[in-house]
Amino acid sequence: MRRRVSAAVAAALLLTGCSPADGGGPAAPDGEPTAALTIASAASLAEAMTTIAEAFEQGRSGVDVRPIVSDGSATLATQIRAGAPYDVFISADEPTMAGVAELVGEPVPLATNRLVIVVPSGNPGGVRGLGDLAGASTVLCAPEVPCGAASERLLALHGVDVRPVSLEQSVRGVLAKVEANAVDAGLVYSTDAAASASVETIAVAGAEQVVNRAVAATVLDSRELELAAELVRFIAGGEGRAVLEALGFGAP
Amino acid sequence: MTGRADASWPWPPVLAVPIVVGLLLLVVPMAALVGKVEWASLGADIASPEALSALGLSLGTALLATAICLLLGAPLAIAIARAGDRTAAWLRAIVTIPLVLPPLVDGVALLALLGRDGPLGRVLAVWGVEVPFTTSAVVLAQTFVSLPFLVLAIEGTVRARGIALERTAASLGAPPWTVLLRVTLPLAAPGLLAGTTLCFARALGEFGATAIFAGNAPGVTRTMPLAIYTAFHGTGATQATAIALSLLLLVSAIAVLLLARAWRPGAMTGSVR
Repeated sequence: MRRRVSAAVAAALLLTGCSPADGGGPAAPDGEPTAALTIASAASLAEAMTTIAEAFEQGRSGVDVRPIVSDGSATLATQIRAGAPYDVFISADEPTMAGVAELVGEPVPLATNRLVIVVPSGNPGGVRGLGDLAGASTVLCAPEVPCGAASERLLALHGVDVRPVSLEQSVRGVLAKVEANAVDAGLVYSTDAAASASVETIAVAGAEQVVNRAVAATVLDSRELELAAELVRFIAGGEGRAVLEALGFGAP
Repeated sequence: MTGRADASWPWPPVLAVPIVVGLLLLVVPMAALVGKVEWASLGADIASPEALSALGLSLGTALLATAICLLLGAPLAIAIARAGDRTAAWLRAIVTIPLVLPPLVDGVALLALLGRDGPLGRVLAVWGVEVPFTTSAVVLAQTFVSLPFLVLAIEGTVRARGIALERTAASLGAPPWTVLLRVTLPLAAPGLLAGTTLCFARALGEFGATAIFAGNAPGVTRTMPLAIYTAFHGTGATQATAIALSLLLLVSAIAVLLLARAWRPGAMTGSVR
């Protein structure tokens, strides 16, 4: 038994030796020169970015857009400040992008988004409008992230005082908790609500006054700055805009 | 250490309540997790590209981290075991600090050292080496948080075995390497095995330091715990995948315990001393 165990451990070590940490280099099929780009995208725009990235790769042989790194805009901005190797940053709002202004290129507006209330299917908390959030178990985005900043402004606009049971770091965290029927209600972007099959959506009057404008920019530390700039133009261009519109985003 | 229960131990029957509640508290959530598994799609969930990528990354990094821990930790453990009481107490305290700190703090510390503004990060940047947000950062984070488990487990065993046999071997003319490889390490085998498996399990489950220091990029730094976290936050893999991955971690944890036989009395003396 003991011998077999040590043999297994040795085999495992050998295995690791052969497959070391190589997240870096892109695979080069047929010795073709390749360039790889990483998009760090706000959670609310990650699906759109996946689709747009595929379209970007299509006409460009040797260009590889890695799987989208998706998180709250504020988390991604912090990572960029700490030197994360991203090439393009998609922020869900302008203030978050402005926070890393010295590290990114000129931001390009992509789309706008507004907030809606989402409730689990069947609406167990009987939520009908923004005023009901004060008495229901509600989850919001943290005020430091774009959707949370918008939520704060929207609630202030209506004079509603909510004590959220949880403050999430990304809008998808709010949606996931409502989808799991863990809370009565949450505030998310209308596009996130539309992307979910298992929540009910309640529109909020005045939501158009607290619109968040998503922006894209190159990360200046990128090793493929020119290609990254091309990708940003592509995202903001006709094809990118069509994908965003199809998903329900408003014009920038 | 007889195999039988000691029936003569006098204890108040009312203690059965905390005993049963404590056991249930540990077991019932795990059972509920297993109950949440969608068995029909389990194979597909584990075989999904996101899950396989996270699984492969986790196994590779955790094994590498364990190997590094062994190389660095075993000599350190023996040194602590052989040191004088005062020195050993100091060294043990230093080794234990990462163990009692929240791993998130470990991640912040690693970033402070190796980040672009960190003292070592700036030096490495001169040679074009950037550690944070790479797979190497995952391995480093895992090594940092797992090393104490390995060191304490081995140190406990080595200390308990004493030094008499090594002295004898040396007096009979065995050179230091021979004493180490033929006497010290074989005697420490139970601690080595327990320490290595605990270290591997800890590395496999590492989340906090990785999230801060290595980030959460699919295929590069998104290990299984990060994939599970991400799935529950609605991006990346689906929740079914997250539960499938959780089950996989649970099964591997049980396998690790079976391998280490960690339930045996004394198997973990090093880590509880």
